[in-house]
Amino acid sequence: MPNVMLRNNAAGQLVFYVTKKDHEETVVSLEFSGPGAWGGEIELSDGSRYYLEPFDQPPRLPLTVRVKRL
Amino acid sequence: MTMNRQESEKLIQEVLEVYPEETGKQRAKHLMANDPTLEKSNKCIVANKKALPGVMTARGCAYAGAKGVVWGPVKDVLNISHGPVGCGQFSRAGRRNYVTGYSGVNIFNDMNITSDFQEKDVVFGGDKKLAKIITELNGLFPLAKGITIQSECPIGLIGDDIEAVAKKSTKEIGKVVVPVRCEGFRGVSQSLGHHVANDSLRDWVLHNRDDQDSFESTPYDVCITGDYNIGGDAWSSRVLLEEMGLRVIAQWSGDGSIPEMESTRHAKLNLLHCYRSMNYISRHLEEKYGIPWMEFNFFGPTKIAESLREIAARFDSKIQENAERIIAQRQPVMDAIIAKYRPRLEGKRVLLFVGGLRPRHIIGAYEDLGMEVIGAGYEFAHNDDYDRTFKELQDGALIYDDATSFELESFVEHLKPDLIGSGIKEKYVFHKMGIPFRQLHSWDYSGPYHGYDGFAIFARDMDMTINNPCWSKIKAPWQQKASEEMQAAA
Repeated sequence: MPNVMLRNNAAGQLVFYVTKKDHEETVVSLEFSGPGAWGGEIELSDGSRYYLEPFDQPPRLPLTVRVKRL
Repeated sequence: MTMNRQESEKLIQEVLEVYPEETGKQRAKHLMANDPTLEKSNKCIVANKKALPGVMTARGCAYAGAKGVVWGPVKDVLNISHGPVGCGQFSRAGRRNYVTGYSGVNIFNDMNITSDFQEKDVVFGGDKKLAKIITELNGLFPLAKGITIQSECPIGLIGDDIEAVAKKSTKEIGKVVVPVRCEGFRGVSQSLGHHVANDSLRDWVLHNRDDQDSFESTPYDVCITGDYNIGGDAWSSRVLLEEMGLRVIAQWSGDGSIPEMESTRHAKLNLLHCYRSMNYISRHLEEKYGIPWMEFNFFGPTKIAESLREIAARFDSKIQENAERIIAQRQPVMDAIIAKYRPRLEGKRVLLFVGGLRPRHIIGAYEDLGMEVIGAGYEFAHNDDYDRTFKELQDGALIYDDATSFELESFVEHLKPDLIGSGIKEKYVFHKMGIPFRQLHSWDYSGPYHGYDGFAIFARDMDMTINNPCWSKIKAPWQQKASEEMQAAA
């Protein structure tokens, strides 16, 4: 259950940052990204996948969340 | 002589041959030839790993990162080196973080304050002593705005509760008392010390004025983070920003102060110079207060102009016009400097092995002077630093992470660079090898190097190092080959 920070970079892409590991990857797909639900399965540019408990509304970024490694 | 990628790889293999098999295998992961097309470094270089036993590394410790780098430059705090006396004494005032004020009255950077641990403190614990020191310090230096407890190795080993002392003392003296858990044995290098210090700023300082609204902010408020004012760097950066019409409300942490840091949340933009040591707090500022951050580079006129335009683009047209005006105004001055020094430095080859941001940020300044960087490496970088380095460095250049002294010397023997930029531990070795050297951790007692004013000094320093007549006098007269004239005479 790593602690990660989600933020938008200058190009507007969602970035996934694992503080402890200084590991920064862009998100290539997010399961739910619309209003109503935001989160779910996250796939990163290096191919690894994580699960984020969906939010009801798109949260204000940047935000530190706990995710599960899949 | 510029090496292509194959030649660099071959050189790396040659150097690695000397190691025992296992060590060679480990070290191979830290060395590579640059490929500017790479986006991600985690597949091709390993960084931020423990140095191997038996090799000589140039790294520092967590205490060096926290006390020396991040907290050291803050001018109005008393940094207690909590533990035996040596750590504080030997790290005192070495980085030349300039500040304004009166030493011992309202600035305290050049002092060494230590709890001077003795055997009995290790046996019985040093918390009582620490509390007493804090009370005493507050009496001696009433204008100090805060006190930090920089723990040295024994504090962690004996398990003293410095957090509890800090809480109690804060109540007692009514000032910020920050416990910094930067025991030297933690982590693999000073990099963890930066992180620990950033976290202590986040947990104990940053939010202290959140309930006050007496600060009058403007839409042009910015803060400079990751500039430690070495030789006056932050000042030569700050003047440019102020000329642009921006208001610098906080400097983290060169010439910075506790009240500035506590008011940082009013900034509209966070300008980050040293990504490695301050990205942690920048990310936190963005998350908590919504202050966006951007990295900039104030080394050399090309990069300064680029950065000024990038910064200005975040503000309105007035700032953008000012930025253009500054660039147009300074360009002739810079052209004159380049015209003076470039003919003397053209084509010279540089090898860099520093820390933080320099191996990538300085490249532009060297290129402005017609020099080329043929190798760059960091003492304590993480993979995200290498991501940023690939595109700055030329194709085929050597990249070495946490280079051992053996590797560095072998590279130098093979490549014969015209200038080496590294730290004090390397300086005299290379001087004795007869190679021009600049100590780039604290600008070799010179500086500032940031900003337009800094570039003039940078160019002069590089010239006076490389073209110093002493380099032709390294060989003793009796070891030199007899010159032709003398042979003719004989």
